[in-house]
Amino acid sequence: MEPEVIKKYVQVIAKFSPEGKLLPLCVVWDDGRKFEIDRVKECVRAASRKAGGVGLRYTCMICGKETVLYYEENYKWFVEAKIQRG
Amino acid sequence: MDRVILHSDMNSCYASIELLHRPELRGRPLAVGGDPEARHGIVLAKDEIAKKAGVKTGMALWQAREVCPEIIFVPPRMYLYLRFSGLAHEIYADYTDQQEAFGVDESWLDVTNSCTLKGDGMTIAQDISRRIKRELGITVSIGVSWNKIFAKLGSDYKKPDAITRFGRDNYKELIYPLPASDLLYVGPKTEAKLARYGIHTIGQLAKANPCFLHSFLGKMGYVLSVFARGEDQTPVNHENAEVPIKSIGNSTTTPRDLMTYNDVSVIVYLLAESVSARLRENNFLCNVVEISVRDNGLASFTRQKKVAAPTDITSEIAKAALELFKENYRWERPIRSLGVRASSLCAANTPWQISLFMDQLQRERKQRMDRAVDDIRRRFGFYSIQRGISITDATLKSLNAKEDNTVHPHSYMEFGNRTGIGSAT
Repeated sequence: MEPEVIKKYVQVIAKFSPEGKLLPLCVVWDDGRKFEIDRVKECVRAASRKAGGVGLRYTCMICGKETVLYYEENYKWFVEAKIQRG
Repeated sequence: MDRVILHSDMNSCYASIELLHRPELRGRPLAVGGDPEARHGIVLAKDEIAKKAGVKTGMALWQAREVCPEIIFVPPRMYLYLRFSGLAHEIYADYTDQQEAFGVDESWLDVTNSCTLKGDGMTIAQDISRRIKRELGITVSIGVSWNKIFAKLGSDYKKPDAITRFGRDNYKELIYPLPASDLLYVGPKTEAKLARYGIHTIGQLAKANPCFLHSFLGKMGYVLSVFARGEDQTPVNHENAEVPIKSIGNSTTTPRDLMTYNDVSVIVYLLAESVSARLRENNFLCNVVEISVRDNGLASFTRQKKVAAPTDITSEIAKAALELFKENYRWERPIRSLGVRASSLCAANTPWQISLFMDQLQRERKQRMDRAVDDIRRRFGFYSIQRGISITDATLKSLNAKEDNTVHPHSYMEFGNRTGIGSAT
């Protein structure tokens, strides 16, 4: 079964460059686990139909896997969290 | 050379934005409407499923539930819709600096000068449509034509998520069979008038003699003829064209129907307070006060009158509004909604002739009092100070008209008649 996707706001450690560029460095999960972002591949404005939100979409490499991270217009970060039902 | 004009219309804008943010509601009939508890009860927007079930914009919430029992109502989040509107404008701005908003969810774009760079009208329309879908997660319908009127017809022609081109080669075939009422400015009254002369379609309107139309529609006859023939030359405004404030008004659907004159005065005072506070905030005085009244059969009218002296005084505006009401309402039905509007504005520091028969000292005292009330409300909140009259009814007083502001689309001729027909025609 396709895992269900929910919108999950997460804690993010980020860096502002002197030019005003915003770069996420690390995602901190609820249980305190930290996931370093190895590389940001792309940053575009995009909507997440699945999670339900709009903002800047950062396509990141975390532990060798591609993950998307959204910076919403309300200044919160969210991820498309997959939850397995049942 | 013909212009290339796009009209972009976000499909069921409010409902789509709500659905985007609430994935759990997708696949169920949904309507965006005022708070059902406070009885701000009409449907502002609906999704495709509710539309198919027969829910119409403007229906009372209970009517909507009657035609579609499983419908879900969500309260509107205007700030969210305005943000989306702003984001869409940012996308449009990548293609042209000539974009003109028509309400929150519609815009005209004149891309004539971008065509050498970005491709023809259809290419740009496809590009915009794709970007809105990807970046905002909602869909738009776009009309492409050489004038604003046909472009708008195009965006209505096929929905949702569609692009329609009306060119010189196909417009007669596609537009002429459409009912005349699809045209901007052909409302139910004009439609009935046209029908009396056997004019039912846009094609018939286009072929009718303009002088003949003028004989029973007045100047609008010429305008509609020009619209129908695709000869409208109204330009698309540049994006930062300032809209001068022409009037300040507030209206409200009341928490319960108004039955007595006393009910009406409570609401009129609340609205007048809001209108006059906004006049003071923007340093305006008004010369004309206008009321709009709608009864529970949804029949409505507006009346206006000149006030004795330019004013921003709450009690004067309320008094004028109540006089208008008394002179014009016969109480055939209870009242559903009321509006007060101040127009013919002038700057607050404009000199004017003081009347001998007016106690100007008293007026200035009232002005100071109003400003003191504004200040108290600014510091301690709207409900910290209220008029005695508003305490007479607990349900009606819960209205804060100033913060419950609504957004109205501008008029097509806000900047005057620029259709290309002069008054000399």
